[in-house]
Amino acid sequence: MALRNLTNLTYSRFEIAMAKVCFMVAVALVSAQSCFAFAQASPVPNIFKPASTPADATHRLSLFVLVITGLIFVIVGSLLTYAVVKFRRRDTEDGREPAPVYGSNQMELAWTVIPCLIVLVLFLATARVIYSVQEAVPPATAIQVTAIGHQFWWEFRYPALGVITANELHVPVSDPSHPTPTFIKLLSADTDHSFWIPQLAGKTDLIPNRTNSMWIDPHATGMYVGQCAQYCGTQHAKMLLRVYVDSPEDFARWVDSEKRPAISSDAVAAGRQIVERTACINCHAISGTVANGRFGPDLTHLMSRDTIASGAAPNTHENLKLWIQQPDAIKPGSLMPAMNLSPQDLDEVTAYLESLR
Amino acid sequence: MSTESIALTTVGEPARPFGDAITSWVTTVDHKRLGVLYILYALLFLLIAGLEATIMRIQLIVPHNHFVSPQFFNQMFTMHGTTMIFFVAMPMLFGFANYLVPLMIGARDMAFPRLNALSFWLTAFGGLLLYFSFIGGNGLYGAGAAPDVGWFAYAPLTAKAFSLGHSTDFWTLSLIVSGFGSIGTAVNIIATIASMRCPGMTLGKMPLLAWLNLVMAGMVLIAVSPLTAAQLMLCVDRFLGGHFFDTQAGGSAVLWMHFFWFFGHPEVYILVIPAFAFVSEIVPVFSRKPIFGYPVMVAATVGIGFVSMTVWAHHMFTVGMSAYGNSFFVITTMVVGIPTGIKIFNWLGTMWGGKLIFKTPMLFCVAFLFQFLVAGLTGIMLGAAPFNWQLNNSYFVVAHFHYVIVGAIVFAIFAALYYWFPKMTGRMYNEGLGKLHFWLFVIGFHLTFDFMHIPGLLGMPRRVYTYEPGRGWEVWNLIVTVGTIVQGIAILTFAGNLLYSMFKGRFAGSDPWDAWTLEWSVASPPPEYNFVKIPEVRSRRPLWDLKHPEDPDWKYE
Amino acid sequence: MSSTSIQPSSLDTPWALPYKGHVGMLCLILAESSIFAIFVVAYIFYMGKSLSGPTPREVLQIPVFATMCLLSSSFTIHTAVAALRKANLAAFRFLWFATFALGAIFLGETGHEWYRLIYERDFTISTNLFGTTYYSLVGLHAFHVTVGLAGLLIVLLLALPGKVRPEHSAQVDTFAMYWHFVDVVWVVVFTVVYIVGR
Repeated sequence: MALRNLTNLTYSRFEIAMAKVCFMVAVALVSAQSCFAFAQASPVPNIFKPASTPADATHRLSLFVLVITGLIFVIVGSLLTYAVVKFRRRDTEDGREPAPVYGSNQMELAWTVIPCLIVLVLFLATARVIYSVQEAVPPATAIQVTAIGHQFWWEFRYPALGVITANELHVPVSDPSHPTPTFIKLLSADTDHSFWIPQLAGKTDLIPNRTNSMWIDPHATGMYVGQCAQYCGTQHAKMLLRVYVDSPEDFARWVDSEKRPAISSDAVAAGRQIVERTACINCHAISGTVANGRFGPDLTHLMSRDTIASGAAPNTHENLKLWIQQPDAIKPGSLMPAMNLSPQDLDEVTAYLESLR
Repeated sequence: MSTESIALTTVGEPARPFGDAITSWVTTVDHKRLGVLYILYALLFLLIAGLEATIMRIQLIVPHNHFVSPQFFNQMFTMHGTTMIFFVAMPMLFGFANYLVPLMIGARDMAFPRLNALSFWLTAFGGLLLYFSFIGGNGLYGAGAAPDVGWFAYAPLTAKAFSLGHSTDFWTLSLIVSGFGSIGTAVNIIATIASMRCPGMTLGKMPLLAWLNLVMAGMVLIAVSPLTAAQLMLCVDRFLGGHFFDTQAGGSAVLWMHFFWFFGHPEVYILVIPAFAFVSEIVPVFSRKPIFGYPVMVAATVGIGFVSMTVWAHHMFTVGMSAYGNSFFVITTMVVGIPTGIKIFNWLGTMWGGKLIFKTPMLFCVAFLFQFLVAGLTGIMLGAAPFNWQLNNSYFVVAHFHYVIVGAIVFAIFAALYYWFPKMTGRMYNEGLGKLHFWLFVIGFHLTFDFMHIPGLLGMPRRVYTYEPGRGWEVWNLIVTVGTIVQGIAILTFAGNLLYSMFKGRFAGSDPWDAWTLEWSVASPPPEYNFVKIPEVRSRRPLWDLKHPEDPDWKYE
Repeated sequence: MSSTSIQPSSLDTPWALPYKGHVGMLCLILAESSIFAIFVVAYIFYMGKSLSGPTPREVLQIPVFATMCLLSSSFTIHTAVAALRKANLAAFRFLWFATFALGAIFLGETGHEWYRLIYERDFTISTNLFGTTYYSLVGLHAFHVTVGLAGLLIVLLLALPGKVRPEHSAQVDTFAMYWHFVDVVWVVVFTVVYIVGR
């Protein structure tokens, strides 16, 4: 219910009008790359193009704050400019000192009380959004996901659906009339991380020995990008993050295929055997095999993902080989060790991995 | 009166004049010499940390650049931040406090001159210890490595498990050492102001610079000590196997954040309040009017001091505090904007109706006012917690705090350097080069930090050694890097001006600005022990009273 | 160069400012309180959060005797300074020595407690969160007692040949402020560690 309410956060007509004005300014300022329609996945993770309720509530608050601060800037800035231009000493003047003025209690009172009122208004507007986003209660239809931050990749578990995947989160689109928001429980396996998809929600940190949570309810299908936003070590920069917002049917199909155990084809048995007797299995899990490590991403459906190395490279044959043999070429400092396989073994392993759809 | 009569010169054969000069500087306990040492030390580290910033900006000029390795980039931003805060800004401001406070309150030295020297050398060796990590980080047999945990060094990244070798040890030990230096200086500043004021200088007649440094020193005592305590805990963890921030043993990473930011946020005000102090002294002189609303300025500063102790967790809106906790830190954060706004209005009131003289120090002050205004307003945006969920740890934050630290604090420091240069050296700086420096720096600053806000709004996180193409960040990063280079040229202009004027500048005389506070009543540079006869004052502008006996201030205050 | 001198004007009120030693010590105490506050906060925050034993109740005994010694040393140092002001040097020396002795007994008791914990109960700073916070907080205080004892000893060694005289009472009083502070901190540490935390 709380979720319903907050989609209808009421704003006065004045606020909306000001927000519109400000949005124009903001768009002009922020990005010359034109303003496409709202609520669309875009390659630019622009916080001013929200596609989910938490991001949208934040967006509207931010416009309100921008208007207020913009007005303050214009007023105080004009006064300063006026003073600088008007009161500069002219060469023509006599050497007399200007009249000393030591202060004015009326003025001081004025510029104390007015900021107090502004602060009060800003605080109330802010607190309303804080409570609406943080106190939202998951409806029964909500998807529950557990996100676990690792150096330097993301693990996603869907406990109710029995799915474990990595780096690319799939969620269903949420229709306002029948909301299916996704509530994400945030954990960390090592250092601090932060989950940030600017178009879907503000960031929330993943902190070891602590449970955080956040939620999104994307309004439009598509792929949304983001990345780790809390410095977590050497490869913080390449701890990229993708959220695929699927139609309900696509999402159901994706869940079905992810739930299946790994394909076990005889054509790539050689590669599988190499994987099973090398160090791969210490860190990676492939269902139906002896590989059950949890330090690295689950590879059961590796080929269902568009990228490898937490978004650092497209999931292509060449990249996969390179990543196995020489991870530092893609992501120097990542915790994936170079496997030092013979060329033939490397081909076999790659072929096996490419069978994991 | 003649200064020669009290100048204490070492009598003896000048066998090794250079060696003697070094000895006299190293062993000095004179507040002015220590002040100059602080300032020179800070300028040296400014160049080093500026170079580190330039390296980072070159790496980020295009996506997927390979100028430096990720490890080196991470060391660069850690060292840049740590150096700029602890070994540039703080020593610079302590240097000015050391130099100016006794002169402005009519005292012959600080209250504890030897403690003063100890504090300086602690700070100095703290900085050297930090930089020794480049050689000794992993032990001399390894290549050595600087710390790479970021300047706020969030746990558990600093734990032994994630930070092998000794680089983090160098970081934490150097901050403990320099922290004791800071605390010593703060004790000294407060004792000096409390116990050494010249007759007649009641608290209400003290120059604002002394008042603001008093508040700053009080904040150092309350806010820097927790940093020292937290670093001691980190040492317990790293050296003795403790578990304060060990998340594997039930320790809390969030506790470190609280401790760090309980220091970290007041630290911003510790830096900016002395900057306010410079502006509060310089703007009146170059407007030819007394400061507007002196008591309100004092009250606002004290108010900032108190409120800023209650805002620290606004750096932690994204760590999952309760809605109540978040709201609390929203209101305190916004409240701190009120006294800050009052100060801006009072400076405006000082300029209003004056006759503004745009010498270099005043130019820097005017730029300070505009830039501090913007920095405050982006601060309000960041204080609105939901907006912060988007902006925190993005380049918007980086732009915001550089607006504060460069746009406000560094600009005020440059104003102060130009304003008191004639007092410290006895020679006038070159006005043309000063203005060139100003305009280059303004252009470079705005190219860099105005445009740095935008990638933050477009989702670019901070502390990334590289970024993906196609996210709309390329052009902004390019502009930012270009701005950095312009700033670098400006700084070199400044250094050139400094060196040139030190030796070739024309003699300035004791009072080149026709100013009103006591430091301008003694020779330039002031003799040892400053005042032959301890002055007596009757108003906030003792030199005005002296120059205008027909219309003294004390009749009105 | 002849510089402007400020015209001497007779001030209406006599000019008196506080003694700089007192101000400096108060500032130091403020900074130290801040450090202790952080350690106390950490102690309270981690109370009952250790993942493994032992718990405070299992290993800690309330140090009644040591606490009495330390608290009474505050009284002796206060009377010692009063005696010095009144130029009663013999009483000063005796009371100063008593302060030192009481402080030393306290430190000895702390050392004894640590010995018992480490060698008999096998409980160290790395055992668990309780160990980390306990040894840090009590150790930080014990370090301050040690520094205080060193100061007491220096004054004592100067006082024995009669070099501490009534005109030094302001300096000696400044040091006494530090000792009082160490006492007050112990009251806090005692309350937190041995009463609330146990």
